[in-house]
Amino acid sequence: MKVVEFTALVGLGSVVAGFLGALTGLGGGVVIVPLLVLGFGVDIRYAMGASLVSVIATSSGAAAAYVKEGYSNIRVGMFLEIATTFGALFGAFLVAKVSTPAIGVIFGVVLLASAYLSSQPRKPDPTVREAGLLARRLSMDSSFPTPDGPRAYHVHRVPLGFGLMFVAGTLSGLLGIGSGAFKVVAMDQAMGIPFKVSTTTSNFMIGVTAAASAGVYLSRGYIDPGLAMPVMLGVLLGSLAGVRVLVKADTRRLRLVFGVVIAALAVEMLYNGLTGRL
Amino acid sequence: MAEETQSPSDEKLDHVLGNLLIVGVVAAALVVLAGGVIFLLRHGIEAADYRRFRGVPHELRSLGGIIRETLSGRGGGLIQLGLLLLIATPVARVGLSLVAFARRRDALYTVFTVIVLGVLVFSLLGRYM
Repeated sequence: MKVVEFTALVGLGSVVAGFLGALTGLGGGVVIVPLLVLGFGVDIRYAMGASLVSVIATSSGAAAAYVKEGYSNIRVGMFLEIATTFGALFGAFLVAKVSTPAIGVIFGVVLLASAYLSSQPRKPDPTVREAGLLARRLSMDSSFPTPDGPRAYHVHRVPLGFGLMFVAGTLSGLLGIGSGAFKVVAMDQAMGIPFKVSTTTSNFMIGVTAAASAGVYLSRGYIDPGLAMPVMLGVLLGSLAGVRVLVKADTRRLRLVFGVVIAALAVEMLYNGLTGRL
Repeated sequence: MAEETQSPSDEKLDHVLGNLLIVGVVAAALVVLAGGVIFLLRHGIEAADYRRFRGVPHELRSLGGIIRETLSGRGGGLIQLGLLLLIATPVARVGLSLVAFARRRDALYTVFTVIVLGVLVFSLLGRYM
């Protein structure tokens, strides 16, 4: 295939991935790597480099939609970024120590887990009556705007959330993904932070987390300009369009379809990894 | 303390930080696009090959090399420059948060932010094999 055709096809695929990723809240990154590896025969390290870059672009681009709403909790985000950035650095170092088939297998498992997590019907926001000790010390409690005025919330189980965030960061660095699904679960389910606050705070954290592994990826030669260019531009365009549609669309059926697609990709990644074809 | 709600200055900071991200990502996308056009004009009819991992050429792996490649008019260098700009955007957000926390004399969060910024700078300036 000539470079022009390759660029056009990868760019098109990235637009679709970014669009669906934004609509379903899973992010474009989780499908970009399987798309490049399984669909275009790209080496998984180049695919992860391009995906990581697109993750930063989506995270910053989505700020356009989130910034006016005033949901995110800057304190919680900054504190947890300590865990995610150390994790991301650790994960990026691991890439050189783990064989590519093994990365494929881990990728497959993580894909299945994120598809499962995001297909779960949302539990009602846990109402935490009292803030945890550490959350009080760190003055993390805040409020978010609702139609009936600001609603206050408490934060708890900070150490558990911190630990989960380290794992999320490690997966992000090891696989070149944003691992947004895990970040949201850590805040929403473990720390009792309202879902909307969790998703927007997670979005801001994803960019910082990915930036922490990007330096390692760049200096190891995983970020190829010819590949990263169509992926970054495509995913960015697709996700900006997706966020706009998201406000109006009923995404339940779409989430289901996307969940099935992701599960299929996960199985194929697992199969290719286990048979040593990656 | 437990009843404290988000202060207006937190919201304002949120706003400034969000706008910084948008400006950064748009600028990065434009630079990548310009580099992409040059890259395709020069290499468009060559064969695309990403099957075997060789690693990107060394001059495209560091800030100095990327700037040299860009100045000699290479599309690949310009794309990497745009990507560096993209990576720098969340780092700048953390830097700006640091200024905000320090100004409010919020010692605890100033320290947290310094740690995060330290990890980011360490990652970007280091050489890894």
